[in-house]
Amino acid sequence: MQPRIKYRAAKSKFAQAVIVFLAFLITLPLIAIIVYIFREGITKINWTFLTHLPKPVGESGGGIVNALIGSILIVIAASVMAVPVGILCGIFLSENRTSRLSYWSRLSVDVLQGVPSIVIGIVVYFWIVKPVGGFSAISGSVALAIMMLPILIRSTEETLKLIPFSLKEAGLALGLPYHKVILKVIVPCGMSGIISGIMLSVARIAGETAPLLFTAFGNPYLNTNLARPMQSLPLLIFNYATSPYDEWHDLAWGAALILLFTVLLLNIITKLTTRKWNVQL
Amino acid sequence: MNELVSKKKISNSSGQIRAEALFKRVLVIIGCAMVVLVLGILLTLVIESIPSLKSLGIKYLWGKTWDPVNNVYGAFPFLLGTLLTSFLALIISIPFSFAIAIYLGEYQPQGWLSNFLKNTVELIAAVPSVIYGFWGLIVLVPMVRTLETKLGILPYGIGIFSASLVLTIMIIPYAASLGREMIRLVPSQLKEAAYSLGATRYEVIRSVVLPFTKSGLFAGILLSLGRALGETMAVTMVIGNTSLIPNSIFAPGNTMASVIANEFTEADHTVYLSALIELGLVLFLVTVVINMVGKRIIKKFTNE
Repeated sequence: MQPRIKYRAAKSKFAQAVIVFLAFLITLPLIAIIVYIFREGITKINWTFLTHLPKPVGESGGGIVNALIGSILIVIAASVMAVPVGILCGIFLSENRTSRLSYWSRLSVDVLQGVPSIVIGIVVYFWIVKPVGGFSAISGSVALAIMMLPILIRSTEETLKLIPFSLKEAGLALGLPYHKVILKVIVPCGMSGIISGIMLSVARIAGETAPLLFTAFGNPYLNTNLARPMQSLPLLIFNYATSPYDEWHDLAWGAALILLFTVLLLNIITKLTTRKWNVQL
Repeated sequence: MNELVSKKKISNSSGQIRAEALFKRVLVIIGCAMVVLVLGILLTLVIESIPSLKSLGIKYLWGKTWDPVNNVYGAFPFLLGTLLTSFLALIISIPFSFAIAIYLGEYQPQGWLSNFLKNTVELIAAVPSVIYGFWGLIVLVPMVRTLETKLGILPYGIGIFSASLVLTIMIIPYAASLGREMIRLVPSQLKEAAYSLGATRYEVIRSVVLPFTKSGLFAGILLSLGRALGETMAVTMVIGNTSLIPNSIFAPGNTMASVIANEFTEADHTVYLSALIELGLVLFLVTVVINMVGKRIIKKFTNE
């Protein structure tokens, strides 16, 4: 019996070693990506990089101010559209848990979450770009807003579901109208969860490229008019990274560093705040 | 005076009642809007792909040549490219995502080391796909090229295999974090019973934890497959973008998503554009079905 038990124990130890090894192997690509992008990008970032337009091919230097401003504007416009709708829909779903409409609505949100981003790009192209007759930043924002919705709705719904029913009853018992109970009692209680949902969804769309290809399109010049084509960081990285020019690669590395750290920072901040406020997402 | 106050109160409260009704209506409208949005997406895709459905018919899906210049459209190279990259990525990713799930769910549910791993996995899911593509293009592709030279095949570098590698990294988090949740749901009595019978840790995992979580782990794989099928940017940047049928996993190719990304703005006539949209429709339907099935399984599993 003894050697058999020894064999089994050894097998167990071996399996554990393999699993731990495989599990921690995943940290390698993340570290490799962060280190590589940091090393390549940090040397390119300086004041000129942040405040100048890209130079034409063949000239070194230049910056990515058009993409920075464009990204910020597109993301803000998308958030302005998506946040109110997302929160209200989250409220609707948490308030009506079993009605038929809420079943279909919840199903639609699930479907929306799985739709490939390129498909949303195509659809918004036919909804806005084609009827208007030109690429525009606002159509890019609409596409990104559609991508934000599922995350926003889910986080709002899950947060509000956790708020004790007695709070709502207390508000109603005091004669408060329904909308005030929701907006002044329930929503403030779930604010931390809602805010982390907003930050997560912003982090998700800040790096999205595919839906912008046929909507915001990109623009080599600085543009702050939402009705015209606009550059954004992910678009710039895609276009410059796949170009054969070294100067453009340099710009793309700097842009990648900025984008990567913004997105990671947003995620880390969300994580820290959710831990501090003890939010379940 | 008193009458005035009470009148004001009445009008005030009737205003409140109206606001209440309005608020409820807005909630219902927004709830409906989600359904309309999804139906609208489906409808738009269907309507816009009608020209290609009409002129190319269903055989479009297994036509072997894609030559827009001569008006020949066949989607088979892209279907094959999508299936190859996704399944290759899935197969490579499964050992890793299961290892992470088992480690976080069973070996080390708490502690700083598992927190570190958990956060790493979440950050991997957060990195934008265009950055994976860029990194893959500059770092991974030369490595693959060296490998190909050693194996004695044409050293393209870019191609199906490189795309699969990038996809692998990107989809591991989905199956891993879901698998972890599922493994945590295994009742401790079951595990304790096995331990008390003298089972080793490995035996408990193999004959209690994994059979119990089978369907949950399968759902995790489905969800990461849905992710892999629709992934566009990272794949577009490293797959090589040729519309020929790939003859090996190292050959360059194209996926449905990458061909849309590359050719949509260049499509200059109706059938060409519509053929691309039909690809989008197929992509939409397939990912929706996969996601729905995956979520159904998870729901069933967590309710039990």
